[in-house]
Amino acid sequence: MTLPKDRRYAASHEWATKNGQICTIGISDFAVKELGDLVYLDLPAVGKQLQAGASFGEIESVKAVSELYAPVSGKVVEINSELEDSLELLVNSPFDAGWMIKVEMSSPAEYEKLLDAASYQKKLDEH
Amino acid sequence: MRTTVLNAVHRELGAKLVEFGGFEMPIQYTSIVEEHHVVRKAAGLFDLCHMGRFEIRGERAVEAVNHVVTNDVAKMKLGQIRYSLVLNHAGGVRDDILIYRMPDSVYLVVNAGNRDKLVGWFAEHLVRPGATFRDLSERQAMIAVQGPHAEGLIAPLVTTGWVSDIKQLGYYQMSDARIKVGGRVYTGFISRTGYTGEDGFEFYVPSEDGASLWRGLAAACGDRLRPCGLGARDTLRMEAGMPLYGHELEEDLNPLEAGLDFGIKLQKPGGFIGREPLIASTVGGLKRRLRGFTVDGKKVARQGMAVYAGERCVGKVTSGAPSPTFGKSIAMALVESAVGDAKLEVDVRGSRAPLVDHPLPFYQRPRRA
Repeated sequence: MTLPKDRRYAASHEWATKNGQICTIGISDFAVKELGDLVYLDLPAVGKQLQAGASFGEIESVKAVSELYAPVSGKVVEINSELEDSLELLVNSPFDAGWMIKVEMSSPAEYEKLLDAASYQKKLDEH
Repeated sequence: MRTTVLNAVHRELGAKLVEFGGFEMPIQYTSIVEEHHVVRKAAGLFDLCHMGRFEIRGERAVEAVNHVVTNDVAKMKLGQIRYSLVLNHAGGVRDDILIYRMPDSVYLVVNAGNRDKLVGWFAEHLVRPGATFRDLSERQAMIAVQGPHAEGLIAPLVTTGWVSDIKQLGYYQMSDARIKVGGRVYTGFISRTGYTGEDGFEFYVPSEDGASLWRGLAAACGDRLRPCGLGARDTLRMEAGMPLYGHELEEDLNPLEAGLDFGIKLQKPGGFIGREPLIASTVGGLKRRLRGFTVDGKKVARQGMAVYAGERCVGKVTSGAPSPTFGKSIAMALVESAVGDAKLEVDVRGSRAPLVDHPLPFYQRPRRA
């Protein structure tokens, strides 16, 4: 899967797109593949305040559990409730139907500090 | 990190490789869940070369081995295999092993991670005049075929000497074997043993034949036999309620608490290292017991998580994972016997999930008539 250029990325493999103040967040297909067989996803409740760099949830595979890290700070305004019961959405469409949460950004400048597709790709190539 | 003679094969197959027991091993080739289902429904091929293989010879071989293992070697017939533990002086577990009665020797298969430890332990406590020890680990390759279709796939390829044919080979029995695949004949041994809860066989051949035998079996069986990694091996053995060293068994864990009495002969003439502390632990009843549970809800119980009866911590999870066969989280946990049938919960990273008692094993294969 080629990396969509319309968004930003965190070194911890989360992606973020921006629409005004609202930031949609998910994880890259690289992360999904690394996890292996997915079994469980734990997303935050709507209204939760997130801090950039802090964990906002967990994703669990057969072998292990991984934290999900907020690329930006803000309030969770929507979660993809379909996803928790249909993890295949994440496997098949991690950049689109597999979105996880929408956040109302408290510091929009944080978005600009995230990696662009080329820089994230470079990180993946070093992996 | 050490590698097995099958390392190149795993790389060609695109396996995801990880460190296990000091060896670079395949955790999966496609997906853990897929490989797990393949073994439950058809047949899977496993690399077991990382395990330790020891040979004890001499007129005092049986006595020497009996001194360091909990099961009784003296009563074993030619071709018989027994599960056993090796204990430390305090009755804790150094390793769990399989003992094979060969014509002129006693053969042991031990866990990869405990190879070096046992070589040292056996040098100190097993070797004696009349009993020599040889580490054959590097000289031999070991491959397993596991699943309900294993016998059907293997029978046309194997001839045996100690039994008339492999259909006559019972569970926990071994024989010499000739395996004919890919225009070659491999000479070695075969056992009807496994760590998956399914029917299956393990092959033992000289290490230089390992890769070629794997490729020969894979080519002969095609799609009906799929490579399976350690990830599936773990979920398979967990469903079958089988202990794993480092989880249910450890230097500071009592094997009686893990329910392994079948491998422990406390009345064995001559005794064994660790017997007295084990006997002492039974006085007044065992304080803890290994129990099986499923987890209510979606959370996965994992090794190390605490088990609670109300506000009191009463035990810990030794193994846990999502079960591919049952579609829910299963767990084995060491729990205080005193809790009886009180309602228990597991602490999953700060939140509690109810544990539902489930007798071990979770999975039992349909027995052949």
